[in-house]
Amino acid sequence: MAEVGFWGGYAWPALLIALKVLAIVLPLLLIVAYVTLAERKVMAAMQLRVGPNVVGPLGVWQSFADALKMVFKETILPTGANRVVFLAAPALMFTLAMIGWAVIPFDDGLVLSDINVGVLYLFAISSLGVYGIIMAGWASNSRYAFLGALRSAAQMVSYEVSAGFVIITVLLAVGSLNLSDIVEAQRDLWLVIPLFPMFVIFFVSALAETNRHPFDLPEAESELVAGYQVEYSALTFGLFFIGEYANMCLMSALTTILFLGGWLAPFDVAPFTWIPGIVWFALKIALCLFVFVWVRATLPRYRYDQLMRLGWKVFLPISLFWVALTAVVLVVFDWLPQT
Amino acid sequence: MIVQAIAFYAFAAVTLAAAVMVIAARNPVHSVLFLILAFFNSAGLMVLLGAEFLAMILVIVYVGAVAVLFLFVVMMLDINFAELRQGFLQYLPIGGVIGLVLLAELLLLLGSDAIGSIAPAVASSAPTPPINEVTNTAALGELLYTRYVYLFQAAGIVLLIAMVGAIVLTLRQRVGVRKQSVGKQLRRRREAAVELKKVVPRGGV
Repeated sequence: MAEVGFWGGYAWPALLIALKVLAIVLPLLLIVAYVTLAERKVMAAMQLRVGPNVVGPLGVWQSFADALKMVFKETILPTGANRVVFLAAPALMFTLAMIGWAVIPFDDGLVLSDINVGVLYLFAISSLGVYGIIMAGWASNSRYAFLGALRSAAQMVSYEVSAGFVIITVLLAVGSLNLSDIVEAQRDLWLVIPLFPMFVIFFVSALAETNRHPFDLPEAESELVAGYQVEYSALTFGLFFIGEYANMCLMSALTTILFLGGWLAPFDVAPFTWIPGIVWFALKIALCLFVFVWVRATLPRYRYDQLMRLGWKVFLPISLFWVALTAVVLVVFDWLPQT
Repeated sequence: MIVQAIAFYAFAAVTLAAAVMVIAARNPVHSVLFLILAFFNSAGLMVLLGAEFLAMILVIVYVGAVAVLFLFVVMMLDINFAELRQGFLQYLPIGGVIGLVLLAELLLLLGSDAIGSIAPAVASSAPTPPINEVTNTAALGELLYTRYVYLFQAAGIVLLIAMVGAIVLTLRQRVGVRKQSVGKQLRRRREAAVELKKVVPRGGV
């Protein structure tokens, strides 16, 4: 092996990777800021209100004002809280929400790390998200927080099962665990068309895994005050908040990649293909996020036993059946992807 | 190679430290959290070995599901670990002996592999596909679903039996519980539920 110098071999590549990471994380944080604003605006429109309109023209600086307020408030450590775990929980939540983006392909070849097990990596990261919540709930030394954490743990584990089966169905149809390959396989037909029921199940599971309406029982305001985050203030709360919205974006991105053809244009003809892939990708994510908000403004919260029933008795059998059905159809018609 | 070496020693050191803390921590919840850290760093070691599929499955299954339930139970129970540790010295010799036996077995296995007494037989019975041509997900799948399919299915049946056993042991029929029956609710018709009564003024219903 040729001898590589310190700069050429290690320092420059490391610096380049750090720059790439910054190029993903900084726009992501900006997008998260505007997703919160967009949510408030869209919900306001659905409820015939105006929404935030004071800070800046049409309220565009609202999220920055909120962020500034959050930074300058006091971080309160509750008495009897387990300090290390209490402070580690929001940091963990935020980190997990960020590192998932390492494998997301934004455009053809525009990906930080094009690993072979991309889908599994994302699945692993999203399944780790529950630790932030459990640790927060336990370390807060508060009844409400603990109840919220317990609910969340059971909920996320339950819905992961059906989400896993949906992912297996997609993998059967595509024949690869690489996210870029999954997108490329949808050039002729987006998977949302043949696998529409799976798409619905995946999206609902995504709602449940991100603790969003109508499955926001871990932080149900009307009964648990704010659930696991009730004792958090200032920046520690801010990290949870950013983490939650970044997770929403990540789940939307995953839905887009698995079912809506990622960066591909809806039709492979001239006027659509002029628009760069990253724009299509962003548009599709925006569409998914809009549905997230739409659901929040429309549906009432599920009762906890109904939530469990839906996960285990409805989604699990349906998704299991579809895995078997997809496998049979692929084998019978000889449509199995050749690798 | 230096980067790999540094990463290896970092992962290995954290794994070992976390494993020691699992049994040394005073708070049981901290023990479980350290266990999770140990799992996570072992996944890192597997990635360094090139077994990325196993690493991800380790994180998904053990960290994402098993350890969550573990943490769940430990948080709910009020375990006093100081009491449990009362007989620590008493059990130390037998625990140490079991540990030594396991270590000896591991060394024997590794040693025989290096000497080559067992290795050729294993290698001829299960050809490992070249690591550069096939992803290790595909390689695992090709072996598991062809050569070892019966063993694989047998493992599945063992898990199924364990699951059925756990359900049978914990299932209890409670009487007098008012459960929601969605089917019954949906079958309900207007005629059965709503009744129009003619009310006589001042007569009551």
